[in-house]
Amino acid sequence: MDWSWLPEYGPKFIGGIWITIQLMVYSLIMGMSLAVPIGLVQVAGPRVLSWLALAFCTVIRGTPLLIQLWLIYYGIGSLFPYMEGIRESWLWPILREAFPYAIFAFTISVAGYAGEVMRAGFAGVPKGELEAARAMGMRPFTVLRRIWLPRAVQNVMPTLANECVFTLKSTPLAATITVFDVFGVGTMVRQETYKIYEPLLFVAGIYILMTGVIVLLFRWLENRVPRPRVSSGA
Amino acid sequence: MIDIIVQAKPVGIEWLSYSPPGWGRNLLQGLASTIQIAIGAYLLGTTIGLLGALGKLHGGPVTRFVLEVYTTIIRAVPELVLILLLYYAGTDLLNRSLAALGYERVDISGLAAGIYVIGFVMGAYATEVLRGGIQAVPVGQIEAAKAYGMPFWQRYRRITIPAMIPFALPGMANLWLIVTKDTALLAVVGFTELATVTKQAAGTTREYLMFYLAAAALYLSLSLISTVFFRWLERRYRRGQAVPA
Repeated sequence: MDWSWLPEYGPKFIGGIWITIQLMVYSLIMGMSLAVPIGLVQVAGPRVLSWLALAFCTVIRGTPLLIQLWLIYYGIGSLFPYMEGIRESWLWPILREAFPYAIFAFTISVAGYAGEVMRAGFAGVPKGELEAARAMGMRPFTVLRRIWLPRAVQNVMPTLANECVFTLKSTPLAATITVFDVFGVGTMVRQETYKIYEPLLFVAGIYILMTGVIVLLFRWLENRVPRPRVSSGA
Repeated sequence: MIDIIVQAKPVGIEWLSYSPPGWGRNLLQGLASTIQIAIGAYLLGTTIGLLGALGKLHGGPVTRFVLEVYTTIIRAVPELVLILLLYYAGTDLLNRSLAALGYERVDISGLAAGIYVIGFVMGAYATEVLRGGIQAVPVGQIEAAKAYGMPFWQRYRRITIPAMIPFALPGMANLWLIVTKDTALLAVVGFTELATVTKQAAGTTREYLMFYLAAAALYLSLSLISTVFFRWLERRYRRGQAVPA
C-alpha cells in the first residue's frame, strides 16, 4: 500500500466531499418536497392525480438510476443546444454544466422512492386523529400542516434514514457525467497515479464515515421526537 | 450500368429496427446478458445470504463478527465503488493464485465477473432479509421438529426454510428488482449488458434521447414482469396463511 499521493490530492478530496454533500442535500431537500404531494395525492387526491403519481413512482423505481441520469444528461441535454436563442439566455451557463443535471436526476429519483414511502406514511396516520383535528375546526391545510404531515413523517422516520443513505450511495453515479464528487476525484487519482486499490479504499472509507454520520444524525432526530406513551397494541 | 445501392440512413425510430443498421438486435442481446447476469447474481447472492443468515444465527463469535463486518461495509459503501473494488481485487486474486499454481493469466468473461461482483454485493442484503425471515418462523414449529428428533440440517430443509419463504419473499422480490437495476452499473467497468450497449448505440448514432428511452422501456418492462411474477409467487406461498387484517 502506498499512500504518498494523499497529501497532494487531499484538497481535491475535500472539494469532492463538498460536492457529494451538495448533491445529496440538494436532491434530498427538493426530492422530499416533491415526495410529500406525490404521496398525498395517492392517498387523498383525485383519481387522475393519484394515477399520475403512481405511474411516476413505478417508472422511477422500475428503471436504473444510471439510465435516468444518462437519459437526462446526454438525452435531454443534447436537445438544448439546438433550441432557438437558448445560448443567449440566462439559462445557458446552468445548462452547460453537468452538476444541475445530476441534481435533477437525483431529485426525481428521491421523489419517486420517497413518494412511495410517504404514501404509506400518510395512509398510516389513524383516521381518528384527522377527524379530531377537523372537529376542532381546522381547515384542510391546517390539518395537513399540524397533524397529518408531522404524524406521517414520524411514521416513516426509520425508512427516511435508509432513503438518505441510499441517496448518498447513488451520488457517485454523477462522476459518470463528469461531476467531480468524491468518487470522481478518486477516479482522477487512479488515472494519474496508476494505483487501483488505495484510492478506491480511501473513497470507500469516506462513504462509510458519511453513512455513519447519517445514521447517528437520524438516531438523534428520532430520539428527539416524542413517542406516544400508550402503544396502539397492534 | 452499375447500380450503386445507397443504404438510406435510418431516421428516428428506424434506428431501433432489428436488422442493421438498426440497433434493435444489439439492444435485445444486451437485455439478454443483463437478465443472465441478474439471474446468476441473484442465485449466488441468495446462496451467500442463506449461509450468512445461518452463520449469523448459529455461528460462533468470530463468524458472527466477520459477517457483521461484511453486511455493514457492503451496505455502507456505494455499489459503484464496490463493483470496481471487487472486480479488480477478484481478477487480481484469481490471476495471482493461478500464477502461483503455474497456470497462465486468464481474462475472466464479463458474464462471470458480473455475476460474482453483483452476487457478492447482494449477498450482504440477502443475509439480512433471510435472517429476518428465519427469525419470523414461529418457535413452536422448530421446537416441534426438534421434538421429532430431526437433526439440524433436516430441520432446516423440511421445516425452517419452507416456513420462512413467505416471510422472506417480499424482501427477496425487492432484492431481485435491485439486482436487475444494479447490473446497469457494470457499464462503468465496460461489461456487455444493456446499459453498455445503449451507451455504444447512442454514441454511434448520436440519437441519445431515443436510445436511453428505449433502454429505460426495456428495464421497466423487465421489472413490471418481475413484479407480476413475484406477486403470483407470494400468493402461492401464502396459501393457508391467515390474511393479515
